[in-house]
Amino acid sequence: MAIAGPKIRSIGAAQSPLLGAAMFSPAVLYLVLVIGAPFALAVFYAFSDARIGSTGLHFVGLENFRSILQSPSFRMALKNSVVFTVCAQIIVVVCSGALSIALEKPFRGRGLVRFLILLPWVAPVSLGSIGWKWILDSIYSVITWVLIWLHIYKPYSAPMWLGEPHLAMASVILVHCWRLIPFSTVVMLAGRTAIPKEIPEAAAIDGAGFWRTLFQINLPMMLPIINVAVLFGTIFTFTDMTVVYILTAGGPFDSTQTLPSLAFATGIQGSDLAAGAAISLFLVPVLVLIAYLMLRMAHRAEVV
Amino acid sequence: MAVVETRHLTKIFKQGELGAVNNVNLKTREGEFLVFLGPSGSGKTTLLRMIAGLEVPTAGEILIGGQVVNHLAPRERRIAMVFQSYALYPHLSVYKNIAFPLKAQKVKKELHKEKVEWAASLLGISALLQRKPRELSGGERQRVALARAIVREPSVFLLDEPLSNLDAKLRLSAREELERFHRRIGTTTIYVTHDQVEAMAMGDRIVVLNNGVVHHFGTPKEVYDEPADTFVATFLGSPPMNLIENDNVIVGFRPEHFRLSETLDEAKVNFKFRVENVEYLGAEYILSGSLLGGRFEGKEVIARLLLGHTYEAGATYDFAVPERHLKFFDRSTEKRVEARALTWQ
Repeated sequence: MAIAGPKIRSIGAAQSPLLGAAMFSPAVLYLVLVIGAPFALAVFYAFSDARIGSTGLHFVGLENFRSILQSPSFRMALKNSVVFTVCAQIIVVVCSGALSIALEKPFRGRGLVRFLILLPWVAPVSLGSIGWKWILDSIYSVITWVLIWLHIYKPYSAPMWLGEPHLAMASVILVHCWRLIPFSTVVMLAGRTAIPKEIPEAAAIDGAGFWRTLFQINLPMMLPIINVAVLFGTIFTFTDMTVVYILTAGGPFDSTQTLPSLAFATGIQGSDLAAGAAISLFLVPVLVLIAYLMLRMAHRAEVV
Repeated sequence: MAVVETRHLTKIFKQGELGAVNNVNLKTREGEFLVFLGPSGSGKTTLLRMIAGLEVPTAGEILIGGQVVNHLAPRERRIAMVFQSYALYPHLSVYKNIAFPLKAQKVKKELHKEKVEWAASLLGISALLQRKPRELSGGERQRVALARAIVREPSVFLLDEPLSNLDAKLRLSAREELERFHRRIGTTTIYVTHDQVEAMAMGDRIVVLNNGVVHHFGTPKEVYDEPADTFVATFLGSPPMNLIENDNVIVGFRPEHFRLSETLDEAKVNFKFRVENVEYLGAEYILSGSLLGGRFEGKEVIARLLLGHTYEAGATYDFAVPERHLKFFDRSTEKRVEARALTWQ
């Protein structure tokens, strides 16, 4: 009993509600101050007529949403966001899947290749995007220069990578893929190495070739981890505005404007805080759905 | 059905290091149950994987059905393999697991159901076809793996320690089942194990391997009674053969041949045996102790005796080995040599 006494007391201390609350509070504080408060403010602004430089604030109900839904730039941005996200995710999954297969087996220089592939993820987004802005520049583009040198294009009819609507969208998508592929590759590589090596071997003996093993054995077994990569990638893409902002700032003619960049352009640059807040609120349903799917998958992974 | 043959088969994983498999020459018989037996790291699994086509040999040839298959992919060798972990496809139902080889080999779709049901009934798993592998017990998984292996009627079966993941009780019944199964289908089978009891019980012939070298290739009786060298002599048998050095030979005798002198009336070699430990195993005793007197003073030996006499730790008994049960090995090469007359005192 003499030994048991202090032990019980120490457990009691750990279970004390005060200590628990104290340990937990930084996390709550962080969520409330950095995420909760701005979110609440955005909801509040979306129903008001807040403007930068104006002190008056009136409740206007759904007026902001009504005018946004009627604006062609908003519809364009919504469509662009969907195109941007879906295309980027398809390209990322296919490329990182192929890369993870290529990088799985050891070969000379694999470490270096892995490092190079990770580089775009490690480098600051703005730095990488500025690099791409030069690569795709209308006058100094190294790609255009090579194409002219190869006589594929004449100097005066070379494509304007960021100046023509479809090319600009494609450029933005590809640069974003360049940035996301490393992360996705690492996730997929982890998924592949988690498959016991006897299973593809058994498939090889059972008579399956490369494609059958890939599509009927490896990919289905990697599905949970691919889902994680896609959901993360969707969040990163749907909410991202860095690449768009630096490369095209939404142009030409709003053809690369996405919801986050439009919200920024309207709310901050255009001083219409209320409209900007209302636009960004349209991101919420999509993100809530993704969060729900992720939580459900995490839950299922624990149960199995 | 087919005969598997290896010629000078060698596998070296790292240049300059000792090979995992060195110059192995063997040939199965039609429909034979051949066992590769050896301790872990003996190269038995590497040998099997080379036959399966999962490892590329460094040198030598593999023949299946008289045809060199070195350049053939695993799927072109008409073999089936059961892995130690069973390697069932976790996302597919038992039915789809068993049907996978049929699909991969492009067997006509109408035949799948019939063939899967045939394989499943042969192994008594017809009731489990809709389950997922994770819902099965170890024994059931093993049967699914076997069903997946037989469903396309391969010419050779390769089994890599298929019983090692089962608990002791299940292992015995699974072993009997495998034997019956082999008798019924009669396909040439190569079975890898480190368990000498399994090897003795199941094998038509046994290949004893160590450090990638074949030490002995023979029937269980030959391997046990006439071991080719001291490694085989001590690896088979539990407890292992007693080895004592005498002049330029090593003399070996099995614990079950080391008995009370008075019970033996034939040409024999006598020893004074001081018992240090007595293990009662129900049907028999295992006595361990040392020899006393003469040139073998202090040499530790083990005896395995049927019940009928009681033995006490600390006591000394007159024990003997019949001369016909003595095995002689060369002291330097450790290879078996002819019996010879020796002085024993």
